[in-house]
Amino acid sequence: MIEVKLPALGADMDEGTLLEWRVHPGDPVHKGDILAVVDTTKAALDVESWHEGRVWDLRVEPGQTVPVGTVMARLLEAGEAAPTPVAGAPMTGGPGVAGGAAVTAAAPVTAASAVAATSTVAAATEAAPAPGGRRPVSPAARRRAAELGVTLDALAGSGPHGVVTVQDVEQAAAHKAPARDRSSEIRRTIAAVMTRSKREVPHYYLSDDIPLAAAMAWLRMANTGRPITERLLIAALYLRAVAKAAQQHPTMNGHFVDGAFRPSAAVNLGMAISLRGGGLLAPAISHAESRTVAEIMQALADLVARTRAGTLRREEVADPTLTVTNLGEQSVRSVQPIIYAPQVAIVGFGLVSDRPWVLDGKVVVMPVVTATLAADHRVSDGHSGARFLAAIGAHLQRPETL
Amino acid sequence: MSATVTYRDALREALREAMQRDPRVFLMGEDVGSYGGSYAVSKGLLEEFGPQRIRDTPLSELGFVGAGIGAALGGLRPIVEIMTVNFSLLALDQLVNTAAALRHMSGGQFHVPLVVRMATGAGRQLAAQHSHSFEGWFAHVPGLRVLAPATLRDARGMLWPALEDPDPVIIFEHAQLYNLSGSPGDPGPVDLTQASTARAGRDLTLITYGGMLPRTLAAAEALATEGIEAEVIDLRVLRPLDDATIMHSVARTRRAILVEEAWRSGGFAAEVSARILEQAFYELDAPVQRVCGEEVPIPYARQLEEAALPSVPRIVAAARGLIGKRPA
Repeated sequence: MIEVKLPALGADMDEGTLLEWRVHPGDPVHKGDILAVVDTTKAALDVESWHEGRVWDLRVEPGQTVPVGTVMARLLEAGEAAPTPVAGAPMTGGPGVAGGAAVTAAAPVTAASAVAATSTVAAATEAAPAPGGRRPVSPAARRRAAELGVTLDALAGSGPHGVVTVQDVEQAAAHKAPARDRSSEIRRTIAAVMTRSKREVPHYYLSDDIPLAAAMAWLRMANTGRPITERLLIAALYLRAVAKAAQQHPTMNGHFVDGAFRPSAAVNLGMAISLRGGGLLAPAISHAESRTVAEIMQALADLVARTRAGTLRREEVADPTLTVTNLGEQSVRSVQPIIYAPQVAIVGFGLVSDRPWVLDGKVVVMPVVTATLAADHRVSDGHSGARFLAAIGAHLQRPETL
Repeated sequence: MSATVTYRDALREALREAMQRDPRVFLMGEDVGSYGGSYAVSKGLLEEFGPQRIRDTPLSELGFVGAGIGAALGGLRPIVEIMTVNFSLLALDQLVNTAAALRHMSGGQFHVPLVVRMATGAGRQLAAQHSHSFEGWFAHVPGLRVLAPATLRDARGMLWPALEDPDPVIIFEHAQLYNLSGSPGDPGPVDLTQASTARAGRDLTLITYGGMLPRTLAAAEALATEGIEAEVIDLRVLRPLDDATIMHSVARTRRAILVEEAWRSGGFAAEVSARILEQAFYELDAPVQRVCGEEVPIPYARQLEEAALPSVPRIVAAARGLIGKRPA
């Protein structure tokens, strides 16, 4: 029997609310199949299977909020015999676990530490029908469930022999997680994460002014003939430059977990994206080190749209290894960002502005951006930080190599 | 007339009114004259209307039902009483092959404005040859209208519109209802197309007719003490069946139980159940149930006879079984 536990779909996630099951008892499951959709404080995310098997039972009801690590479902491995159903075996959950986002977000940062949470799913009082068979759902309940968008699989039935009735469906619909105030939840999450970072992470800051004449000229050339919707933005060059620099300076890319730095081979580049209702998310462009500028641009546009629509995928929210924040659209010269722990560095870019610049002994007008690195002093020092920042600047002088 | 009347009185008043209103109307059957009818429905009518219009017949259902058909074809409005539904089997040929078929076989040239009344059902210790319920057999036949008055109002009001129907009408009077008494109420004619809601309820629908109506209502009262509000539908008209009233009720309560005195296999309850499944499947929260008579010839012994019939406890138990534990 394989236990499918609620994964931490991001470093700051301690609980999730099941929105819907995408599988039913008896369904075959392959690695990578979407099992369920779970709501977090950030977005509705897909939960994928890491195993091959067949669904034995579903143990969490839609609408239920459970801690990370809760067994959500059980799969039978290939060839595994179905166990004899035990009367009173837990099939469907009891009332959801209450818990505000602020409280949960204040729990330890790491995903690993959150996994130990015990299941709080209560056992149903009535024996469930043999999993794998069709659940006894009345015809009327089935139709009403479709109308209300209620998933039947984990619904407890109150009719004779546990049949699910219309009333059960309507009650489940009424008890569905009330419309969440996502922006206030995000606000609380940001508050908790940033407070923790400022309290626990010894930041140091380095700034540099980076001339962008070459980068801007290259962009103008690259965008000639491109439709407006496909035009490259300077942000794509920043991301690409940071990704390349991070490969050269591994102490900037990874996580500080359980008292130790764990560098990451992949550069999953978080990009701070502001939300229309306030707040921000920093989903990742995975493997930014192996993408072209055009691919980065495309991924960025896609990510911005889906972040604001609340339809991020799990791997995008899960564990960026390094984050970039670009406030260039605002008229700020520089930003001293706060590290998104357990990451160990963040690079902020300000407005690109024409400034007097000394070139070959002459003052010229130069487009310049001020880049600022905030890095975790437990992992790196000012010296390595400075070299990292310099590498970013150097890459931006050779946009054609990015 | 006293403040209360019996079902028997209501039937007699309906006969008297019909005889008075239309000189073409006459009554014939076994013992309807001097004896006053085997259930005393026609008591006193011979004296009032004379032997031309209140006619005793020989013990020959095939013969006198056939004579009734002839009289109807000849322009009269005969009311033929058959002592009990068991004996009506002797007249099935006349009723099914002639009365019900003639309009169709003649291309609409002939119709048979015949009314046949008969007693049906058990409960009076009359044993297996006088106690069965074959209403469903007649309701099977196109060309017949089949009525089952279960209330004083219907006993009083169904006869006149039945006589006005240009085609044959069968009226089933349940033997246990003759002594039912109550306020006479409105003596006017009643509708012959619709079922009636005898009791409103939200939790399940009990569908019945005729002699089972009183005990179905009693079962609904018993269920009410447990917090289960049963709706009771009195079908009244078995053919043509009023599907709409049934489906509207089931769509609200989502559960249906048919209560029928007749045997379960191939019974009229099966027909109603099938229609619910055809028309209201997606409204249901539970399988349709039937509470029917036991599949034995109705016994003579009182306890055995009662045990063979749907009882209040059986109806209540079936209802409980459909409700489940109910969400709080």
